[in-house]
Amino acid sequence: MGELLFTMLVPFTIAGVALYAAARRVDVYAALVHGAGEGLGTLTRIVPALIGLMTAVYMLRASGALELASQLLAPFLERLGLPAQLLPLMLVRPVSGSAALGVGAELIETYGPDSLLGRTAAVMLGSTETTFYTIAVYFGAVGITRTRYAVPAALCADLAGFLASAWAVRLCFGG
Amino acid sequence: MAMSMIWTGMVTISVLCGLVTGQGSQVAAAAIEGTAAAVELSLSIAGMMCLWTGIMEVMRQAGLARALSRLLRPILSRLFPQVAGDGEIMDSISANVSANLLGLGNAATPLGLEAARKMSRHSRGQACDALCMLVVCNTASLQLIPTTVAAVRAGAGSQTPFDILPAVWLASAISVGVGVGACKLLAGLWRD
Repeated sequence: MGELLFTMLVPFTIAGVALYAAARRVDVYAALVHGAGEGLGTLTRIVPALIGLMTAVYMLRASGALELASQLLAPFLERLGLPAQLLPLMLVRPVSGSAALGVGAELIETYGPDSLLGRTAAVMLGSTETTFYTIAVYFGAVGITRTRYAVPAALCADLAGFLASAWAVRLCFGG
Repeated sequence: MAMSMIWTGMVTISVLCGLVTGQGSQVAAAAIEGTAAAVELSLSIAGMMCLWTGIMEVMRQAGLARALSRLLRPILSRLFPQVAGDGEIMDSISANVSANLLGLGNAATPLGLEAARKMSRHSRGQACDALCMLVVCNTASLQLIPTTVAAVRAGAGSQTPFDILPAVWLASAISVGVGVGACKLLAGLWRD
């Protein structure tokens, strides 16, 4: 039953939104196509970054450097309940959205989208944001240089998000 | 600039480490594989990403974001007590938060910046408590349906790419909760 609900969640959402919008006299199809076009724009903006970053990630992985770093930090991270393989993702997530997407996609591909590791990577990507980028945009736009406690508070939220992701995936999918 | 340093560091370490471990030829092959993998990834997520930005646009035009922001107003007044009396600022904040919840990133940022500009009119280069709270709320992920990640999972062959939703909601809620808590706590403790 729960599984059916999840498989149907997407089609239900799509149909529900369409019906609601049609009832509000929105030109549903025109809006859909216009929005999809914007999505394509977003995609073309991130493709160059993905190419640059996935190349670097593949090189790092082939060189053995990722394994070395993971092994060194594994005991420390595992005590926190975080798989060491996800370290590159956690390091890059607050700095760049497309970099995190590239690193995360590579992890999901390597370990499988339905593995514990793949799911944890996905939940980390879905439950955190590009912290430093956002901070730069907001404070830059209003011309504020003394950011006081915004950065430490935002990083606390990121760390909590990573720990909670690993915990929530274990809770929801066992293991 | 940060990304330039990270990227340069990544490729330099790869080359050095590859030479030391004797895996230089694998590193060379990986540089070529990586570019192809990036293009494959982009193609495999393209359809789902575009479909969802389309659905989001339908939501926006149907006024779902506006309805949501009315619902959120009372909760947000508690998070931003310093500016709760200013209707204009609260309007921008709740519109920003509801756009974030629906995953309308492009709509959320200008709304958030508007709120930020209004609340720091008198602050002269220093962030006020409300601005810190607003920024921290925007650095945490509020998005209810993380469509890009689901697209990546579907592209990698998952039959149920959205089955991570409960875990994402849990993790997001904890992350936002900790961010808000840290703001409230530090607002009292911080000495400039």
